[in-house]
Amino acid sequence: MAKGEIVAGCLAPHPPHIVYAENPPQNEPVAEGGWEQLRWGYERLRESLKDVEYDAIVVLSPHWQTYIGTHFLGLDNFQSLSVDPIFPNLFRYHYDLNVDVELAKQIHDKAHDAGLTVKMMTNPDFRVDYGTITTGHMFRPEWDKPLVVISSNRSRDYYSVEVMQEMMMELGRVTREAILDSGKKVVVLASNSLSHRHFTTESKIPEDMSKEHITSHAMHLWDMRMIDYMKSGQCQRLIDEMPEFTEQAIAETDGGAFTWLLSTLEVPDYPAILHGYGTIIGTGNAIVEWPVYQHKGE
Amino acid sequence: MSGGEIVESFVVPVHPHTVLAPQQNEGWSKLRAAYDDAAEIISNSGADLLIIYSTTWPSIIGHQMISDPNPEWVMVDHDFHDLGSINYSFNIDAEFAAQWNAENHSRGLQSRCVNYRGFPIDVGSVVALTLLNPDNKIPAVIVSSNVYADRSETTVLAKACRDLVKKTGRKAVAITAMSLSNRMFTEHIEAKNDKIHSLKDDEWNRKILEFLTEGRLEDVGQLSRTIQQQIRVQKVVNFKPMWWLSAMNENRNDLTGKVLAYEAIHGAGCAVVHLNPTPSGVGDKEYDEDEVEVFSGERGVLDNIVSSEEETISSPADNGPELWDPTNAEGSVNTDAAPKPVGAYPHARRVGDLLYLSGVGPRQPGTNAIPGGPIHDGNGKSLNYDIKAQTQAVIDNISRILEEAGSSIDNVLDVTSFLIDMDRDFKGYNEVWADTLGKVGPTRTTLAIRALPTPIAVEMKVIAKI
Ligand SMILES: [Fe+2]
Repeated sequence: MAKGEIVAGCLAPHPPHIVYAENPPQNEPVAEGGWEQLRWGYERLRESLKDVEYDAIVVLSPHWQTYIGTHFLGLDNFQSLSVDPIFPNLFRYHYDLNVDVELAKQIHDKAHDAGLTVKMMTNPDFRVDYGTITTGHMFRPEWDKPLVVISSNRSRDYYSVEVMQEMMMELGRVTREAILDSGKKVVVLASNSLSHRHFTTESKIPEDMSKEHITSHAMHLWDMRMIDYMKSGQCQRLIDEMPEFTEQAIAETDGGAFTWLLSTLEVPDYPAILHGYGTIIGTGNAIVEWPVYQHKGE
Repeated sequence: MSGGEIVESFVVPVHPHTVLAPQQNEGWSKLRAAYDDAAEIISNSGADLLIIYSTTWPSIIGHQMISDPNPEWVMVDHDFHDLGSINYSFNIDAEFAAQWNAENHSRGLQSRCVNYRGFPIDVGSVVALTLLNPDNKIPAVIVSSNVYADRSETTVLAKACRDLVKKTGRKAVAITAMSLSNRMFTEHIEAKNDKIHSLKDDEWNRKILEFLTEGRLEDVGQLSRTIQQQIRVQKVVNFKPMWWLSAMNENRNDLTGKVLAYEAIHGAGCAVVHLNPTPSGVGDKEYDEDEVEVFSGERGVLDNIVSSEEETISSPADNGPELWDPTNAEGSVNTDAAPKPVGAYPHARRVGDLLYLSGVGPRQPGTNAIPGGPIHDGNGKSLNYDIKAQTQAVIDNISRILEEAGSSIDNVLDVTSFLIDMDRDFKGYNEVWADTLGKVGPTRTTLAIRALPTPIAVEMKVIAKI
C-alpha cells in the first residue's frame, strides 16, 4: 500500500452566516448576500485546491463539545436537519454527510494507544453540529468526499490552554500517523474563528454589511498578529502565543482545532496562503491554506 | 386579572442518565426518584405553567425563548450518546413566551422567541420537561442562558417574567436546569464508580444545599460569583441560575426548602431541590447587593453614532402636546426657568402669603428634554426611563418657580404627586423624595394615574408659603 499523505491543511471557520448568505438549496432561510469577503475567500480556497486529489476530509469543530475525551462520528452516513441553537433564524440546513469510518477508527485507535481518552459515536439519531456542516459546505459544497468528524474536547475549560495544547498536539500527531498509515490522501480542516467576541445584538437585516465590524481594535490587532505569523511561516510562534491569544481575544482556538491542525502539519515553517479575512457579528475569521502539496519532500 | 404567583420552585440536574439509565447506578436512581417526587409535587400544586431556565442552552443575542407550541425531535447528548436517544414532544405556552419577550424588551433586555421546526432543545430542558411533566399536562416555557449575561441582566430577565406571571394570574413553577459543581470526570468511568469529582466540590455542594434547605435562596444568589470560582468549570462568565431563581422568588431568603436528592452524575454535583414560598421563619439576608429593575448595559454596539433613544430624548417636542405661553391673571408667577405650560395656565399663583403651583413635570426649560428619558417614543413604543432622574428634575423645576416667586423649596407645605406606574416607580420616586422634600417635611399624597399629557412618569402639585 502506498503511503498516505496530508495534501493540505486549512483554517476553515464556520459561522453559519456564510452558508446563509450563499442561499444553497439545503438551507431554509433566504438572504440577500453578505459577508462576501469571507465567501470569496472560500471560493479562492476551493479554486486553489481544485486540481489537488484527495480521498477524505478530516475536520475538527468546536461545536461538538465533549468533556469526556475526544469522540469520532462512527457511522457511514448522517442525514437530518441542523438548526443552529444560537442563530436559528439563519441556519436550518438539511444535511446528508458520509463518514470515512475506517479512517476515523484508525485515528481513534492510535489516539487510544497514545493514552488519550476517545470514543466512537454510533448513535444514529445523533445530530451533526452546525460548525462541521458549515465548514463542510463552504469547503466542498458537493459533499462528495467522505469526512472524518472529530469532537472538540473541552480540556481548555477543565484545565488550561496549555493542557489543551498538549493534548491537541498529541491528537494531531496521531491523526497524522493514522493518515500516513491509511494510504489515503487527506485534507485536514480546523473549523474555528480567530478573535471571538460577538455583538450581543443583531441588526434587523442580519446581512446588513453597514453594521459589520470587528468588536474592538484590540481584537483586530490580535487577529492581524496571528495572520502575520501564518503568512510568514512562523507556526511555532502561533503555538507559543496561543495561550495569550486564546485568553485575550477570547479566541475560538480554545476548542483545540487550530493547535490540532498545526500539529497534523508538523508545525509548518513555510508560508500559508491567506485566502480571506472578515468579521462575522464582530468575530474575526480567516480562511487560510497550508499548501502541503507544494512542499513535498522538503 | 391579578394574583399570579410562583407556587413552587425546583433545582434539577441536566444529564440524561436520570431518563435513560437510572438503573445503572444507585445515585442516578435516587435522582430519578426525586425527579418523580418533584413531578408529583408539581401535579398537586395546581400549577398551570412551568418556566425553565436552562444552563445547557447558551445564547449570544440576548436570551431566547422557545415559542413553538409543540416542538418535537429526538435528543442525543454530545457526550453520553451511548446511553440512547430521548424522543420529545412538548406542550409550550407560545403566548406566554411572546409576552415575556415583550416584557424583556420593555426592561432594556435583548431577547427573542424561537419557533423553528427541528430546533434542538437542549439536554437540560429535555430531561427536566420529560420527567417533571410526563403527560405534558402543564404548558411550559424554556429560556436560554446568555453567555455574556451577568447578574443584572439575569435578574431583570426574571423580574420581567415574574411580573408577567402576576399580571396574567398564572400559577407558575420556576425551574433551573443546572449542575451544582459541574466538573465531570474527563475519562470514561464504570457507572458503579460514579462519585462527586472531588472533596472540595462535595463540600461546596453541601454548603449550597444547606443554604437552600434553610430557604436562603437570595444568599446563594449573592454567593454565585464565589461558587463559580470554587466549583465551576469556567465555561461561561458566571454561575447564573441562582440569580434567576432568586429573582423569580422576589429575592427572598425565607423560603421553605428541601433537598430531595443529591448525587453525582459522572462526577458533577446533581441535586433535586424543592423550594416553596411558604415563609420558613428564618431569614435575614446576609448580603445586600443592589436591586436592579431595568437593564442598562452595553447594547448599542451596532449603532456607533447615536442611539434612537438619545435622539428621542433630545426632541420630545415631536412627541407631545403643543406648548403655551403661561397666562398672566393677577398674582400669577411665571418664569423662563421652568418648562412651558401645555395649556392656558400660569406656573404659579399667589394668594396672600400662599403660593399655588400648577402641576410640575420634569421637562427641561428651553429644550423640553426629559431627564431620565421619555416613557415612550414618538410612535408610542415604550422606552426605559429613569424615575429617579425624572423626580429630581421635577423638584428642580419646582425650586426654580418658587425662587421666581421669592420663596424657596424650604417653604413647601403640601404636595400631591402623580405617578403613571406606581409598581415600577414608587420606590425610586420615594428615594429621591427622601433626600429632598422629605427633609423639608411637607404633607404628601401620591396617586397612580393612567397618563400625563407629555411622555413623563411623574408630576407634582405644590402649595408653598412665601
Ligand atoms: Fe463557532
